Amino acid sequence: MNRSDDAPPRIEARALGFARQDEPIFGPMNLSVRAGEVLLVEGGNGSGKTTLLRVLAGLLEASEGSVWREGEPAEQQAQLPLVFLGHQGGLKLDLSARENLRFTTRLNGLRQGSSIAGALKSVGLEGFEDTPLRFLSAGQKKRAALAATLLAPVALWLLDEPYANLDREGHRLVDRMLETHIARGGSAVITAHGMLDPAVSSLRRQPMECAHG
Amino acid sequence: MASSASAALGGLLQRDALGLWRRRGELLNPILFALMVATLFPLALGPEAGRLARVAGGVAWVIVLLASLLSLDNLFRSDLEDGSLDAMLVSRQPLSVLVAGKIFLHWLATALPLIVLAPLIAYALGMPARGSGTLVLALVLATPQLSVLGACAAALTASLRRSGILLSLIVLPLAVPALIFGAGAVEASLTGANALQPLLLLAAGTVLALAFGPLVCASALKLSAS
Repeated sequence: MNRSDDAPPRIEARALGFARQDEPIFGPMNLSVRAGEVLLVEGGNGSGKTTLLRVLAGLLEASEGSVWREGEPAEQQAQLPLVFLGHQGGLKLDLSARENLRFTTRLNGLRQGSSIAGALKSVGLEGFEDTPLRFLSAGQKKRAALAATLLAPVALWLLDEPYANLDREGHRLVDRMLETHIARGGSAVITAHGMLDPAVSSLRRQPMECAHG
Repeated sequence: MASSASAALGGLLQRDALGLWRRRGELLNPILFALMVATLFPLALGPEAGRLARVAGGVAWVIVLLASLLSLDNLFRSDLEDGSLDAMLVSRQPLSVLVAGKIFLHWLATALPLIVLAPLIAYALGMPARGSGTLVLALVLATPQLSVLGACAAALTASLRRSGILLSLIVLPLAVPALIFGAGAVEASLTGANALQPLLLLAAGTVLALAFGPLVCASALKLSAS
């Protein structure tokens, strides 16, 4: 993974827009993220940040424009993996953090040199590995979901409000995760509703362009 | 290292089996429902053994069909609501394989207990013993097909908050062929006719459902997720 500037962007939106039953949700907007870069998409509640990430992840089909990955239309790059972390962490509340991660690592694979125990420790869930998530706080559930993100061997993270529900130490944890990720050539698109100052190098901000109308 | 589809499938089976085990009380509901309905029939129709025995085959089938609808509602909804469906979709693993795994577990958790219970229901309805063997065989052949059809309907309705009735309205018409041939097979064995033909038709339907069902179900699920 080199960081040369002539490499195609890891993910790129070209005049991307999404409308739900003719009601525009966002766009058309452009964005691009290169290797070793974090893009912070800022916008208020209801500005379409989550929808944008879902379109970028390929979970929703764009109404206009297109998503490109590594210089090719995303549909042709359907095998390129990514992590999408939404408001719901994608974890089962009846299971413990360890049991959940056992599933996500078998689904996504395991990043070389990482381990479930190590990831749980680094997100601060030591001692809570075997407690069903139902009995953990919202912040602790978020930390478990972040651990799943850490373990996935992917270059692109799409994180929807990664700072939500987290305490001050949790904010620093997300900053650290992003920093490590871009240091090894990874990329991330994250969302926040302003007023946040992530301490991450090579961070770019992009305001959410409100849908016309 | 990226993960293979079989590893993902194994992980999913393990996770969902564990989840079922943690909520194992819920697994009893369809079984209790079936037993309850089976005891209602003698109460409603009177204790005259001949009258019950005549309708026993059809009644047993309807009971199993209705009981298997009970647990369908939540088959995919929880995955949709907690975001794990999103995780499966972006993982680049073939969704139809994962869906097939979920259908298999659902069959194991709800259809298999009903199959085991079927002779008891047949006995409660006064069905002669030679019919209950055919009933079990017909259920073994037909329930995978019912699970697949039910899963497709559950996938279609997963994004609706409450879909119990709608789900039944979609599944029941689709289940009619299985019901006709299944009850027909029991009837045939009771009257001494050849039960082989309806059983083979049930098997054919199940083969067809197993071949195409997971693909259909996966596309329905993608629609629900977007």
